[in-house]
Amino acid sequence: MTNIESAVAAVASPVSREGLQQKISVKNLKFYYGSSLALKGINLPLYKNKVTALIGPSGCGKSTLLRVFNRMYDLYPNQRAEGEVLLDGENVLDPSLDLNLLRARVGMVFQKPTPFPMSIYDNIAFGIKLYEKLPKSEMDGRVESSLRRSALWEEVKDKLTASGLSLSGGQQQRLCIARTVAIRPEVILLDEPCSALDPISTSKIEELIDELTNDYTIVIVTHSMQQAARVSEYTAFMYLGDLIEFDDTSKVFTTPREKRTQDYITGRFG
Amino acid sequence: MRSYQARRLTDQIMRGLCWASALFGLLWLALILITLFWNGFAGLNLNVFTQDTPGPNTDGGGLRNAIVGSLIMTGLGVGIGTPIGILAGTYMAEYGRYSRITFYIRFVNDILLSAPSIVIGLFIYAALITEGVEHRIVGYSAIAGALALAVIVIPVVVRTTEDMLLLVPNSLREAASAMGLPRSHVVMKVAYKAARAGLITGVLLGVARASGETAPLLFTVQSNQFFSLDLTQQMANLPVVINNFAGKGYANWQQLAWTGALIITLAVLTLSITARSLTAQRKQQ
Amino acid sequence: MSEHIVRAYDKELDALGRRIAEMGGIAEKMVVDAMDALGAVNSELAQQVIATDPRLDNLQREIEEQAILTIARRQPMAVDLREIIGAIRVAGDLERVGDLAKNIAKRAVKIGPESRVPRASIGLKHMNDLATEQMKDVLDAYALRDAERAQAVWTRDAELDALEDSVFRDLLTHMMEDPRNISFCAHLLFCSKNIERIGDHATNIAETVYYLVTGGTLPPERPKGRPDPAPAQLGAVEQ
Repeated sequence: MTNIESAVAAVASPVSREGLQQKISVKNLKFYYGSSLALKGINLPLYKNKVTALIGPSGCGKSTLLRVFNRMYDLYPNQRAEGEVLLDGENVLDPSLDLNLLRARVGMVFQKPTPFPMSIYDNIAFGIKLYEKLPKSEMDGRVESSLRRSALWEEVKDKLTASGLSLSGGQQQRLCIARTVAIRPEVILLDEPCSALDPISTSKIEELIDELTNDYTIVIVTHSMQQAARVSEYTAFMYLGDLIEFDDTSKVFTTPREKRTQDYITGRFG
Repeated sequence: MRSYQARRLTDQIMRGLCWASALFGLLWLALILITLFWNGFAGLNLNVFTQDTPGPNTDGGGLRNAIVGSLIMTGLGVGIGTPIGILAGTYMAEYGRYSRITFYIRFVNDILLSAPSIVIGLFIYAALITEGVEHRIVGYSAIAGALALAVIVIPVVVRTTEDMLLLVPNSLREAASAMGLPRSHVVMKVAYKAARAGLITGVLLGVARASGETAPLLFTVQSNQFFSLDLTQQMANLPVVINNFAGKGYANWQQLAWTGALIITLAVLTLSITARSLTAQRKQQ
Repeated sequence: MSEHIVRAYDKELDALGRRIAEMGGIAEKMVVDAMDALGAVNSELAQQVIATDPRLDNLQREIEEQAILTIARRQPMAVDLREIIGAIRVAGDLERVGDLAKNIAKRAVKIGPESRVPRASIGLKHMNDLATEQMKDVLDAYALRDAERAQAVWTRDAELDALEDSVFRDLLTHMMEDPRNISFCAHLLFCSKNIERIGDHATNIAETVYYLVTGGTLPPERPKGRPDPAPAQLGAVEQ
């Protein structure tokens, strides 16, 4: 068995998939807020260049799980994780790991659009400058390509010096995505990216996710079942800190195995 | 229906009382301002800015040395106090937000903020000026006055810095951290930028506060009849000059006192309005 | 199954189920009456059956409209989605059953008092009893969401096919015996074909019930007396 296949088999997932590479493997992950246990031992594969959706009712731990992948919880005291989260084999939870480098590989887009208080150009150049020293022409090119990828270029190309805060909500969120994509991460985490947006902006971002999945591994937390069904290839249903079901999206939404999954997605509870 | 009428009546009475109280307060403010303007304006002429304070029983004179002295000492005091205040506020809001120490620092800071400024003056006096005649570090001097003013400025800046930085939404910090920005950069390049208007407001408030304080200067620098730029010696300043000239028998002294009061009031008013307008701009964002 | 948080959703699904039950009842009665009209040469009963068919057509249209509205409104998932798709399919099958019964009734009218070979009708009556039983069972399976019952109906279809084979041979023999029997037996031949198709529609419904309950499909090869033409063809050649 190759390394990849044995890694796939090692994760205690009820469905094994041949030939798919796991970008992130979650093994027996427990998460504590103070003394209360929020994630009760999660085992989950996240496949490379695929979109995985995390769904579940409020308080089930899906955002908590997402924020473990880039160690965001480190910013706050009294939050700790146990277990293993392997990014290409390296344990992300290792205390000696360089967090800044981790976050360069694992980018995150938040629920509320958060453009920095700078111009649109600077918002994107800001991140690039952290890691690379580029001459102005190259930087211009990178900024433009990031904005093009986020379907924002046409709308802002004439006002790159305007403040990032002057854009509409949907545009701001696309700016945040452009900013994340600009530093060329390997994994993109999306925490309910469309919940503050109107339907047209939501569609644009879903289209964007479709394109990005060719180059990036994407994990999206969403409250909308329909969105999860539309954009993802794999879906994980969580409830009260447990992973209840993980399977192909098409199976989860037409013939789920667990009753709780069915009850949730058909609107019988949650 | 009866309770409705009773409620309406209560509503009208309360509204009337609120109006009356507001007018009452504003009335006194207006009276003060009017008195100041009325009395101070008369003496406002070029001499005030070109001539030094007159001695007793001398005609004419101006407030040049006092104005310059106030500017120097306030400037120094703010210059010393602001960096300390901003850095302390940054610690409380950013690095030490969840630690116990911050709680105590805030507590002490609030006490200092509302401490009578005479106590602060006395402290500097005791610490620097009277360690017994042999041990004293400096005599009455501008530097001592500036230090006293710094101690007054620090709590104001700490408080506003912490408040303004706390107002910056955490999501912004998380977004910056998520890009791999080290903590210090998150603070300097993102949090400061976002809170910039608020931080400047804090400094302006500190300046406004310092420029009007009299008691600490009384104990640390007193005044100087002549023009002096020597920091180790006594220096003239507006509040103490007003204190010395007001109520004394000489007409020109009294006039100068009024004019000095007017100048200070106008300065503080301008600073407060500027601070206000900056905060208003921020809220619009 | 527990209720939806939005109760109107449950009401819509219930309304769909009730309409299907109504259609099923009408269709069952039409099948029984059509055979009775044929066997007893009761022209009046036959006309009644023919007159009932439009009601079935209307119900099918209503069910489809309601199902489409529910899909647009509720964006159903999993079991709800299968329910609604199932309702659409069952309504289609029941409407075809009604048409087949109507055709049997029309033939009953055409045959009139010419009943020549009562023995042949007996074989037909057997077939119809079996077909009626299949319909009843499968509609019960639908109402109770019972996959096992549905599977039993699905398996029993082989009996109906075997019966149809023997009736066919019987009628052929009669026709060869006496040319004056040909007209009458020809009508009966078509009727037996129709009844066998009613049985096939019952089997379709059984497959739908199975899918609805389990999300899986029964094997494509039905247990049969002979090879199974594609479902589209079954409905296409109609007399």
